Amino acid sequence: MSDKEIAVETQGLTKIYGKGNTEVIAMLDVNLTVRRGEVVALLGPSGSGKSTLLTAVGLINPPTKGKVMINGILVLDGPDVFLNLTTFRRNHIGFVFQKSNLIPFLSARENVQVALELNGLTGRTARKKAMSLLDYLGMSDRGDNFPAMLSGGQQQRVAVARALANRPSLILADEPTAALDSVRGRQVMELFSKVAHEQNGAVIVVTHDHRALDVFDLIYEMEDGKIRKKED
Amino acid sequence: MNLAVKDIRHNLGRFALTSFGIGMLLMMVMGMVGIYRGMIEDATLLIDNLGADIWVVQNNTRGPFAEVSRVPRNLLDRVAVIPGITNAREFIYHMIQRERDGKPLRIGVVGLSWPLDKGEWLPLIAGRSLSQAHYEMVADQTLGIPLGEKLRLGKETFSIVGITKGMISSGGDGLAFFTVKDAQLIQFDTPGEAVRLERASRLERGAKADIGLSQPSLLERALGPSSSIPALGPPMISAVIATLHSSFEPSTVVSVLSGWRDVSVYTADEQRQLMLKGMVEMARKQIGLFTALLTFISAIIMALILYTLTLEKVHEIALLKLIGAPNRVILSMILQQAIFLAMAGYGIAYLAGRKVFPNFPRRVILLNSDLITLALIVLGISIASSILGIYKAVSVNPNEALAG
Repeated sequence: MSDKEIAVETQGLTKIYGKGNTEVIAMLDVNLTVRRGEVVALLGPSGSGKSTLLTAVGLINPPTKGKVMINGILVLDGPDVFLNLTTFRRNHIGFVFQKSNLIPFLSARENVQVALELNGLTGRTARKKAMSLLDYLGMSDRGDNFPAMLSGGQQQRVAVARALANRPSLILADEPTAALDSVRGRQVMELFSKVAHEQNGAVIVVTHDHRALDVFDLIYEMEDGKIRKKED
Repeated sequence: MNLAVKDIRHNLGRFALTSFGIGMLLMMVMGMVGIYRGMIEDATLLIDNLGADIWVVQNNTRGPFAEVSRVPRNLLDRVAVIPGITNAREFIYHMIQRERDGKPLRIGVVGLSWPLDKGEWLPLIAGRSLSQAHYEMVADQTLGIPLGEKLRLGKETFSIVGITKGMISSGGDGLAFFTVKDAQLIQFDTPGEAVRLERASRLERGAKADIGLSQPSLLERALGPSSSIPALGPPMISAVIATLHSSFEPSTVVSVLSGWRDVSVYTADEQRQLMLKGMVEMARKQIGLFTALLTFISAIIMALILYTLTLEKVHEIALLKLIGAPNRVILSMILQQAIFLAMAGYGIAYLAGRKVFPNFPRRVILLNSDLITLALIVLGISIASSILGIYKAVSVNPNEALAG
């Protein structure tokens, strides 16, 4: 496989909070490679470093040490930043969270549209594309509804549509099914699988939900800041 | 997509309520400025409308508005013959307070030089100007006396033949216009008992004096009215006002009149300045400081409101940053909201003010120049006020979106 097919790669990723007596190692020497089209689950107890890894890969919380490469481009080397992170994040990464995290004053369609407009699409084109994304996720009939009028599962679908808006090579999801029942939780996980395979993107999902692990291509476990691949 | 508009649309009730609060504050600022303008207008109204070029008043006084001025009536004849003066008129101005329907009624009494000045220049909204030498008055609508009503002042009863609009004294009381003689009657009204006592006293003084003993016929006059005694002058007037021929410079005439030891002379502009610097200056400072204080308080309140609104949106701001919104998008949202809030507040202040201010006891005058200046100040305040919110927004970490 060529480097181009690697969506994200981390080398020796380490994150240390505090100094001296208050030093806490949140993540230690994490090496992770996720290719396009793969859906990866990240398991582990609370405080194991899952979210730290996710925020480092999501370019929100730079590591103390180690490299983050996305699409073969070195973006972070420790605290050193090589690109405009805001722009890079907008073009290459999509986020889905535990709670839907939709903007409450925007309708479902506008929540997707705003991500497109931020990437330079004009109003009408962005609107059309937002509707087609909602349609793809079976939400076209709820485009004018505000988040408060949608169920948890519907909100997560809109969040996924927003994450997909700019055709990112990487989608990061932090406990996306935590607020959903098992049926809807599974639907969301299957949605990630569909997105990864159909859109040729990589998806990393932090989850505690062991009921839908069969949808993932790879499963990693984290404990005490270290990562290891979970074998079947 | 305009995020500021979307947010406002979604929280329209809160926005409306906040705008209303700010609007009320701005209305107070607008009102203070309007009261100041009204005060200046009221103070100079009569001076401007009388159309006099020269004011001749009692020596060493700043009368007749700033202080009491008394000049003899025959001063009129002396002034009238000065070269360059086209006409000279008597003028009387004094305040009275009476009671009407159990409430105090303060009237600025203005005596017009009948028949030269019948008050045709008055801004009448009903009735007519004076048409006879006695027992008629034109009253301002603020006095609340209806047309045709009769009002007893002193020993005489006056008919209200005309109603003016906006003729207010510098103290904010309504003006009423009479002929000079009627104004004197009101000013020098003496009870019958006092007249009888004065006549008896006069008779007693005359009987003891040599002149009374040598000319007994004089003693007979002592029992008559004061005006029939040659040694006693007729009642005094407040000032003589004169209009100049257009080819004459006021300074030329003033220099002539200044040579008279018994009077002081002012041009219309000097009289205007006397009013503004004397009576209005203190109020101007007071209102100016109060307006500045209110503006400052409005700025603080707006800053706090905008900061609170930003704090409420920290999560959304973090989310926007997370999905790649550059700072300018977020700053623009906060700044636009601040400006919308200021605009809505200003609009409410203006509309509410237009309804409320006419019911104020004193005139509130909203000049376009003041409204534009205030709008610019409010715009400046809204931008400055949003700095605190912008500072908070810039410091929001996209990480906060993950806090759930």
